Amino acid sequence: MDAGIMNGGASSDDILREIERLEGEKMEIENRIHLLQAQLNSKTALDASRKEDETASCPKPPANSFRNGDVSGEGLRADMIYRYSRHLLLPDFGVEGQLKLLKSSVLVVGAGGLGSPVALYLASCGVGCLGIVDDDMVELNNLHRQIIHVEAYVGKSKVKSAAAACRAVNSSIKLVEHQEALQAANALDIVSKYDVVVDATDNLPSRYMISDCCVLLGKPLISGAALGLEGQLTVYHHNGGPCYRCLFPTPPPTAACQRCSDSGVLGVVPGVIGCLQALEAIKVATAVGEPLSGRMLLFDALSSRIRIFKMRGRSSHCVVCGENAVFTQQNFQNFDYGCFTQSPMSDRSSPKLNLVPESARISSKDYKELFDKREPHVLVDVRPAHHFKIAAIPGSVNIPLSILEGKLSTIDLALEEAGQVSGKHASLYVVCRRGNDSQRAVQYLNSNGFPWAKDIIGGLESWAQDVDRTFPIY
Amino acid sequence: MRLTLEFGGGLDLLCNSVKIHHVDVDPKTGEDKLSMRDLLSWIKSNLIKERPEMFVKGDSVRPGVLVLINDCDWELCGSLDAVLEEKDMVVFISTLHGG
Ligand SMILES: [Zn+2]
Repeated sequence: MDAGIMNGGASSDDILREIERLEGEKMEIENRIHLLQAQLNSKTALDASRKEDETASCPKPPANSFRNGDVSGEGLRADMIYRYSRHLLLPDFGVEGQLKLLKSSVLVVGAGGLGSPVALYLASCGVGCLGIVDDDMVELNNLHRQIIHVEAYVGKSKVKSAAAACRAVNSSIKLVEHQEALQAANALDIVSKYDVVVDATDNLPSRYMISDCCVLLGKPLISGAALGLEGQLTVYHHNGGPCYRCLFPTPPPTAACQRCSDSGVLGVVPGVIGCLQALEAIKVATAVGEPLSGRMLLFDALSSRIRIFKMRGRSSHCVVCGENAVFTQQNFQNFDYGCFTQSPMSDRSSPKLNLVPESARISSKDYKELFDKREPHVLVDVRPAHHFKIAAIPGSVNIPLSILEGKLSTIDLALEEAGQVSGKHASLYVVCRRGNDSQRAVQYLNSNGFPWAKDIIGGLESWAQDVDRTFPIY
Repeated sequence: MRLTLEFGGGLDLLCNSVKIHHVDVDPKTGEDKLSMRDLLSWIKSNLIKERPEMFVKGDSVRPGVLVLINDCDWELCGSLDAVLEEKDMVVFISTLHGG
């Protein structure tokens, strides 16, 4: 404490300043007490709710009581007022908005790049019940964008990891872990327990399936997507707006469906879209503001541009939400979404193709053998140039599949060179990332002057797995 | 007729990875109006460098492509029959599924 004040020789100004300082300290201590009380309360409430209900569901509470004891019929408890005070100070949101949020339940489908910020924001801002559904495990190459997961959870369940992160932010909300893939068989059961659904998945069949399910159950759907350096966002089946099928009655060709694991994605891009999805979910759950229904937002990270356009309305011919639609829950459960879209309900693995005969193929181990024996040959790597820069087998020549047609003379020259050194006829091998494009290349080469060309089965993935364990996979 | 065309969601890859194209397209000889149908066939023969099936199907765009005329879904302004005007902005967006 200031010695001058203790000595009694202080001026009025000094005393006023000292009072101000002590008032500040007092407020800080009071804030800390509030926070500790809140922690204590929510711990008690959480323990009570765990005892009360261990099952994975988000039951609707009766109108004026809340099972977790978080919200009273009349208003917010003191610790809630403190925690959400910055929301309460918003005239457009206020106590009413917060109360609605605390009474709402939201299902986040997918705990990946989009789902990470969605779940974190919805948990922190006080959605009463938050469900997360995913059957995936956390991988190291997820962490650059799936910011809800940490290194300690690599190899473990994404849902467990996401729920732990949400609990760490806000232990006062109810979190429901659905450690399974959302599919036509279980979707009606799971989705029916929530008020709002967030589509944060990474594949086309899931998008159709989730939309159909939301139409059947009358749930608003906050849909986001991101790839490369672009993102898209809209709210389906809300306020009379269209559903996913109204916009896309026919699925696109499989070749048009790019995936993050093939095309890449800049980490922040799904983050931006996910944040906006959380925002739309809050707006829909609380009926505050104008949700992005009947409009779509397009985000272009490269040029820093956001475009919002007016979408068509609900289609009267839509087979699911249209006037004469006869799509029942039974139809839904029997519908084969993978077959409808000709693509798998996961971003993880690409189908292994079998385009060329066995005689035109070689295993990575056999290739290694002839490589060690210095058999004269040329290895053509048909991946795009930016892939080749990541890692490549020593001595391989990069000719991307897209320009192969115009590079046949390059191959001819390389073969001639390789043959000259040894005086023997050089063989021709083709490699790519996973062994699909290399077959396409061999197919083309076989019928264009190189009938002896062979592809390395399983590509660099199998090279890394079976031959060179130190070869980087990506 | 001067138009601004924009390709997104990966469709830019079909036209030399260029997103925005400032183009001059005239109505077919004997006609005084340029429709979206005319523009699509012009784009197909003048801008699309590879895999046209990734852009068109029949005389329209392939499924999964959204078309905007001046920031409005073309379904709201006549689709293929929509008549274009000087300085119109037409955007082609392939829908994304990643996350
Ligand atoms: Zn519909």
